[in-house]
Amino acid sequence: MSEFGHPHLTAKPVSCLMIQMSESAGSTQDREALRNAARESDAIAVERTLAGERDAFRVLVERHSQQLFRLAYRMTGNEHDAEEVVQEAFLRAYRNLGQFGSRANFGTWAYRIAANYAIDRMRQKRVEDTRRQTPSSLAEEQEQDPLDLVPDERPTPDRLAGNTELRKKMEEALKELSSSERTAFVMRHWEGCAIEEIAAVLKSTTSAAKNTVFRSVQKLRRALEPYVGARGRLEAKAACAAPEPRGTEL
Amino acid sequence: MKHLTEEELIGYREGETTQREAIAEHLTSCTACRTELERIEAVLSALDHLPVPERGPEYGRAVWQQIAPRLPERAGRGWRTWLEPRRWVAIGAMAAMVVAAFVAGRWTKKPDAGPMAASVAQVRERVLVVAVGDHLGKSEMVLMELANAAPPASGPKQINISAEQQRAEDLLDANRLYRETAEQNGDRALADVLDDLERVLMDVAHSPQEITPAKLESLQKRIEAHGILFKVRVVGKELQEKQNKTNSAPAQTESKARERNKA
Repeated sequence: MSEFGHPHLTAKPVSCLMIQMSESAGSTQDREALRNAARESDAIAVERTLAGERDAFRVLVERHSQQLFRLAYRMTGNEHDAEEVVQEAFLRAYRNLGQFGSRANFGTWAYRIAANYAIDRMRQKRVEDTRRQTPSSLAEEQEQDPLDLVPDERPTPDRLAGNTELRKKMEEALKELSSSERTAFVMRHWEGCAIEEIAAVLKSTTSAAKNTVFRSVQKLRRALEPYVGARGRLEAKAACAAPEPRGTEL
Repeated sequence: MKHLTEEELIGYREGETTQREAIAEHLTSCTACRTELERIEAVLSALDHLPVPERGPEYGRAVWQQIAPRLPERAGRGWRTWLEPRRWVAIGAMAAMVVAAFVAGRWTKKPDAGPMAASVAQVRERVLVVAVGDHLGKSEMVLMELANAAPPASGPKQINISAEQQRAEDLLDANRLYRETAEQNGDRALADVLDDLERVLMDVAHSPQEITPAKLESLQKRIEAHGILFKVRVVGKELQEKQNKTNSAPAQTESKARERNKA
């Protein structure tokens, strides 16, 4: 657990894939052993697939589908697109398996393929959405009063997530990020990937990747603080006095 | 006092490695920076609660079923694959089944065409039941050995599972054939269990020959997670009962035939 209670974020960034694979394991040694076991088993499955045993690829698909879906969903924000990303990532991995270095980690490699395909998909969707969006719908979105989104009762994180309006706002804020920013944020914040891994997916330098992570958090903060920030103030007020009627100054 | 920049605070919150100690020290003494960090934290915590739709444990299998027909054939070892001994085990098992069914069909031949066709079908089913029962028994043995294996108290740290791995590999081909046959016969329940068994056997077959105690434990957990031993036992028992029934049925028909002849 990091200083601020985030289980994925430690002072020394590690591979995001490694964290996910060993989430359930107990001690550090167990985690390391599990990671190595999975890696060796993956390497054998890759070797057999390359030797013509198509069914050996099934082991890889079944082992890595869940984690690719999680990444794809967070990147695309859409179940249908996420499922397509997962399938396409495995198809691409199978077709290019010959280029995969046997010393590399299959999971990380498939992860990168999925992330790259998701970026392409997001870019394509953004172009389509821009074409479709009418000026009137844009104006409607801008008219919404931030105060309407503040829940009546004292919110907890769960309740915040359950608040459809706020959830919608968070999804919109994520949509407003560029595909690189969203990728960087998803990989760093949710998946706990090292900056080097993010840089590899974004095909940039580590310092550029670091800047992209910073920019994404900054943008999300600007977009969401008017709604989420009220939570802290609300909680503070509630701790000192009875809840104020809605509409009073917070 | 010089306050921390937003970039430094975000970097710190997102696990940035440089200057962590200096930033942490500053945060302990500076209320303004701590409040600023808490505000960043509030936004990121809210985002943490954005749900990701659950995909069940069968999701991997579903993805495989979607993509498998779209995977091109890979030019691998080709015909050499068929010279491998493990292939011959599966081919031998299948050939034995066909011969047994044919011989049994000839042996039970009756002048009446209707009962004969029914009898041949029965015998074929019986042969399949016996073969699958035997296959499940062998698979159960391998999985039991792995499930109960324990690392040696002293000596080498690595555990050799090459024997179990080899047997799993041999069983894999036969399993595939039985699963396909069960699917063709419309026996969904048996096909599902064989499908689960295939995945576990594949897992074992694709493991390294020598594994550490931790790896063995992870393999055992995977066997346990599939609940495959229980399923195999249940289906094996059902097949045994089926076999007993079909064994007693022909005896009755033979005695009836003898009675008919006497009359």
